[in-house]
Amino acid sequence: MKHTISVLVENRFGAFNRVATMFSGRGFNIHSISIGETEEPEISRMTLVTSGDDQIIEQVVKQLNRLIDTIKVIDLTGQPRIERELALITVFYQKGTRTELTNICDIFRGNIVDINNRTLTLEITGPPDKIDAVINVVSQYGIKEIARSGTVALKRGEQSKIQPIRLGRTTTKEKEKV
Amino acid sequence: MKEHKQKMSGAEIFFECLHKEKVEYIFGYPGGSVLKLYEKLYDVDFLEHILTRHEQGATHAAEGYAKATGKVGVVLVTSGPGATNTVTGIADAYMDSIPIVVFTGQVPTRLIGNDAFQEADIMGITRPITKHNFLVRDVKELAETIRKAFFIASTGRPGPVLVDLPKDVINSMCEFEYPEKVDLRGYKPTFMGHQNQIKKAAEMLKKAKRPLLYVGGGVIMSGGTRELALLAKENNLPVTMTLQGLGAFPGTDDLSLGMLGMHGTYWANQAVNSCDLLIALGARFDDRVTGKVESFSTKSYKIHVDVDPTAIDKNVLVDLPIVGDVKHVLAELASEMDEHPDLSEWWKQIEKWKKECPFDLDPNDGMLRTQFVIEKISEKTKGHAVVVSDVGQHQMWIAQHYKFVHPRSHLTSGGLGTMGFSVPASIGAAFGVKDRPIISISGDGGFQMNIQELITAVANKLPIKFIVINNSFLGMVRQWQELFHAEKYSFTDLSKSNPDFRKVAEAFGLAAFSVEHPKEVDSVLDEAFAINDRPVFIEFKVVKEDMVFPMVPAGASIGEMMTKRLNPKTMV
Repeated sequence: MKHTISVLVENRFGAFNRVATMFSGRGFNIHSISIGETEEPEISRMTLVTSGDDQIIEQVVKQLNRLIDTIKVIDLTGQPRIERELALITVFYQKGTRTELTNICDIFRGNIVDINNRTLTLEITGPPDKIDAVINVVSQYGIKEIARSGTVALKRGEQSKIQPIRLGRTTTKEKEKV
Repeated sequence: MKEHKQKMSGAEIFFECLHKEKVEYIFGYPGGSVLKLYEKLYDVDFLEHILTRHEQGATHAAEGYAKATGKVGVVLVTSGPGATNTVTGIADAYMDSIPIVVFTGQVPTRLIGNDAFQEADIMGITRPITKHNFLVRDVKELAETIRKAFFIASTGRPGPVLVDLPKDVINSMCEFEYPEKVDLRGYKPTFMGHQNQIKKAAEMLKKAKRPLLYVGGGVIMSGGTRELALLAKENNLPVTMTLQGLGAFPGTDDLSLGMLGMHGTYWANQAVNSCDLLIALGARFDDRVTGKVESFSTKSYKIHVDVDPTAIDKNVLVDLPIVGDVKHVLAELASEMDEHPDLSEWWKQIEKWKKECPFDLDPNDGMLRTQFVIEKISEKTKGHAVVVSDVGQHQMWIAQHYKFVHPRSHLTSGGLGTMGFSVPASIGAAFGVKDRPIISISGDGGFQMNIQELITAVANKLPIKFIVINNSFLGMVRQWQELFHAEKYSFTDLSKSNPDFRKVAEAFGLAAFSVEHPKEVDSVLDEAFAINDRPVFIEFKVVKEDMVFPMVPAGASIGEMMTKRLNPKTMV
């Protein structure tokens, strides 16, 4: 099963390499890995997508925690979360297929960010399965090249209980209250 | 008010830090990138530098020192080849969790990445084999980094830390301040075991009918051998030890079942597979212990105590994990045991196994055998020596036949299995331990892998007994070739190409002996142990084609031991 793991690491020389080395050295799968600064400049957030059975994922999390530069490890799998990936997909077009492609792009709420006389480039953002869907659909036109950012993810903020506001007719009970 | 501090060079700061860390010895080798450090070292009187003859020797010596004393071993080498030569020793220390700090010189920061003379990316090379490593890029970070390096190496599950020191950093000046506290937000080893888990463990132990303590090197490292003895003796518990655990509990005690695993005792392995409660203490369920994992101790409830959470559920799934310092957990566990289990039936069974398949010893054919030599050394030293073994058949025979009575007495390369470990490691041990005999035992193969370090022992007048078990073969490989590789003795026969070891040792300046007959063993040992002003060499020319038994073939269940007396096919 695929797991999305968020890792806070010291923004320090070699920290990223330590994680990558640990994965290859211990034979863990790695589907994607992305890293960037966080709200604190000395901390980076790494988002890893890995897979394995429960025992392996437990080891992945423990081994990540064991690295000295690792501050926090959160397995986001099974938790409410937001996952996004960005893809740039350059596709060949011909007379007639250009509109089809722009339509597809619209359907997936993407942008056309580059075009020349043979190819156009789609910018698509969304969960990884949406990117997969776009790639699948446009592949019939001929894909020149793809760049995917890898998943970034955050846990959803806790939702506080909100009293829903009722629009329209008031009920008898509410009338009585008033 | 902060007092005004004088500026110091990186080199001066380096030695001030080592002074603060109470370093007694540095094992090292000078070179271009660390010349400034060696210049300063010339005037340093609070520590001693030991010149080894190869950087690998320096790392093994630091390991030997660290393992024999429990203190941190320190290595200082130059950049490039100096640094890469330490790699095997670092990997060895990583596998066996030995606290060492390795300082490597590096080319000046502006040249890093330029393929400069004697440059190697030692940070990249050692990242997977160190607990952590640091590149010091500014002299202002030097003191703090050294403080962190020693802290990381010696706490939690110990391990090697490397500090890379570019030449310009050592040469630059800054104010010196040694941080009193280390703050590493990503590194907080758990020390106290979870109370409820410990209580649960005690409840399990009280109810157990066939409990077994499976003791690893962690018990020795945590200093928990007294707590272990207390728990075992008060509750009459059988104790089996791993290769690294030997010495944690006296091998002479009736409760000791000796070593378990591939070349462990028959009765220890039978006990592992028949017990109803297995308590792993500072051990890691290594494949040489478990054999085939699927059939390892299937009837037992498993409790695993370890300071390293990654060790838990890595190879074998356990029922009750306790993360924490083993010494502390052992003490707590012992105090929770207000009633003791009745184990008379269990002990009867164990005694039966002991009689079923004892060690196959002394066929009385008049030939000199390693087992006999080891028993003689064990008798001679009454188990009080620090025995530093190498890797191979003799290593297993030592584990089987030397009766260790103290912790930190059995030094061996268990995890990595580094041939050439014994000679330099015994040198490190000899600097750390002066009141007990230090015995290095190697095979004729491994002895030649770091033979240059003999001169280090001679130069420092260390009274080490260097013993070579010479069977003119790479014996353990030969054994596997005979058993599993169609008797193709490919490149394991050294009989035509071994040097005259006695002459070699004499040329190095050792007192040297060679023994060929069992009846000479006692007198030569007496003579050799009487020499204490310099190292002594003893060669034992033993039977060429002996094999270590009992044995669990790789990948087989530990219940399926090959022994000389029992046909492996009839055993379950």
